[in-house]
Amino acid sequence: MLKSSDDSEKKNLARKVKDSEISVPIVYGNIAFWLGKKASEYQSHKWTVYVRGAANEDLGVVIKRASFQLHSSFNNPTRIVESPPFELSESGWGEFEIVITLHFHSDVTDKPLHLYHHLKLYPGDESGSLSTKKPVVVESYDEIVFPEPSEGFLSRVKDHPAVNVPRLPAGVTLPPVPMEDVDKRKRGDTNDHPLSQWFANFSEADELLKLAGARQQVQAHIARLRRQLSLMDGQPPQLKSASDL
Amino acid sequence: MDAKDILGLPKNALPIQEKKSKPPKETQRKPDGISREVYALTGGLAPLMPSVDVNQLKRKAQSENEKITWQWLPFTNSARKDNLQLYHWVRVVNGVPPTGDYSFAKYNKSVDVIKYTDEEYEKYLVDPAWTKEETDRLFDLCERFDLRFTVIADRFPSSKTVEELKNRFYSVSRAILIARAPSPGDVIVHPLVKEPYNVSQEIERKRALSMVLSHTKQQERRDVEVLAEAKRISEARKTAKAAEEPELPVMADSGHDVTDRAAVAAAADSISPTPSTQFPSATTANPVSETASVVASLRMLQVYLRSYALEQMVQAASSSAGLRTIKRVEQTLQDLGVNLKPKVPTRAVCAEHLELRKEILTLLSLQKQLQYKEAEGSSYRDGSYAETPGTPPPKRLQRAADLDRTFTPDSLSFGGERIGKRDQKRKGPGRSEAPSSPAQSKRPRKYKASE
Repeated sequence: MLKSSDDSEKKNLARKVKDSEISVPIVYGNIAFWLGKKASEYQSHKWTVYVRGAANEDLGVVIKRASFQLHSSFNNPTRIVESPPFELSESGWGEFEIVITLHFHSDVTDKPLHLYHHLKLYPGDESGSLSTKKPVVVESYDEIVFPEPSEGFLSRVKDHPAVNVPRLPAGVTLPPVPMEDVDKRKRGDTNDHPLSQWFANFSEADELLKLAGARQQVQAHIARLRRQLSLMDGQPPQLKSASDL
Repeated sequence: MDAKDILGLPKNALPIQEKKSKPPKETQRKPDGISREVYALTGGLAPLMPSVDVNQLKRKAQSENEKITWQWLPFTNSARKDNLQLYHWVRVVNGVPPTGDYSFAKYNKSVDVIKYTDEEYEKYLVDPAWTKEETDRLFDLCERFDLRFTVIADRFPSSKTVEELKNRFYSVSRAILIARAPSPGDVIVHPLVKEPYNVSQEIERKRALSMVLSHTKQQERRDVEVLAEAKRISEARKTAKAAEEPELPVMADSGHDVTDRAAVAAAADSISPTPSTQFPSATTANPVSETASVVASLRMLQVYLRSYALEQMVQAASSSAGLRTIKRVEQTLQDLGVNLKPKVPTRAVCAEHLELRKEILTLLSLQKQLQYKEAEGSSYRDGSYAETPGTPPPKRLQRAADLDRTFTPDSLSFGGERIGKRDQKRKGPGRSEAPSSPAQSKRPRKYKASE
């Protein structure tokens, strides 16, 4: 990406920017279809485990490759996916924990990140209604946080839809970086993914609302208790204070 | 036959025929010279071959070459200063008695105690606390008792402590060494010169040692806890590159002796604050410093999941709470209809969640305070204690102010606002006023789930 291999420029790009935490919202999980008539004893379901951007953006800007560690009964249980979309499809009968290891580009960080997902094939409660049309879908939302991104990383992704970049702290300017090829970007997103109809929408609004309401209740009670305590101070004599908690 | 006797079985159990035939055979074959039982061990038969090769047995050392006699001979001991002559058995080989000193004489080691002349004393060794007689006596005792200072201290005429005696002895020796040395360089490698005796350090060390030795079990446990805390603090300090907080208050067990801390600090050498530092007496740590250290450790990870970060912050915030309290917090969250782990952990959601948990902790502590208060109030209403109306309010306010620190100013004013506007209905989840009266608000389950 860089034209010049000047050492000082590389150092500049490697410089970490404080107080500018980058987060990448992701959704990871699996979709499993029962094979119905075509199901055999050992291949009863066809499932896909994946990591995608929370709004189906291309994660390839951040993730270099993803490895899916399957159960040891699978051939080559360590499957590596080198390019987005980061997903793996297999067929089987068993549910087990899959360890998804994300390796990031070198200007992001050298440390990998592990996600743990329990593969779900069977619907659970409504065990009678196995259907080939309706898959079992389990997705988890999370955000990958980079607390101190390097300048190079920051400038590369600051306009990318997959990445949440905060407002830069005052006085920090980033070196310009050539824009990514738009065609390249198209390939990695999951907007047109065949399974996208099953993808869930995760909105923080509901949760925020619920939390705000809960906080208000708690605060009201706290205020009331405080008033009661201060009222009670009029009567009983001075005591050695009990521990606060 | 004997076994049957021991077991108590009747002797006529076997058919009589066999019994009759066996005994005569056995008694015939048994040789004299070994006991019956030993013979029976070998199965009642003599071994066919000797089990041990006779050639392998040790020969009596060269009895053919030399003639060994043992003689009762006199000997002298070079370690003795009197010429006492004693006798002992000596192994004489071919008529030649052994030569050489008494074999144990080499163990008679002694210490080279320096002897100073009177002039040297006048020139270098005069000390206000010590007279010449005392110093001479000290050196004499040192030589007699080979620097065993406990014995010397016992025998010393005027009472001086072991450390004082040692100090005098070593400083005198050192002064003499330096004075006699032709040049300072020669003597600099001598251990006495290189590392002089440090009286105060020795006194302190021995005091600390005796204190550690006389620790009760409880104190030992406390020490282990304190050291673990210190280790944790020092590690947290290492991970925090830029000190977010200007100082991180050090944890201290309540009721822990300050001198004890000094002993532990001297021994452990890993706790940086000096004994003169004031330790807060509270058993709980400052919650702000807890989150600061979590933030620092998260930054070290370079990349992490926000759900993981929230977990760590929640743990840090609840670190001072017991298991029961944490369970109550979770119960309260459930009653409020909030997920214990947010389904959509965005930055805002995680922040709100953390704040909510902290507020619930505050709420629970206030409830407990109220309980205490009520318990005290009811007992004192019967008692005849004099009331001091002036002092309580400032103390309560002080404590409330302490609690406020875990709050952000915004939420507090928000809460205050709420009191006045209790009638106002809020959109979204319906807020239900718990009608419980203050005296009965013991159960935490006051909230109706809003869904």
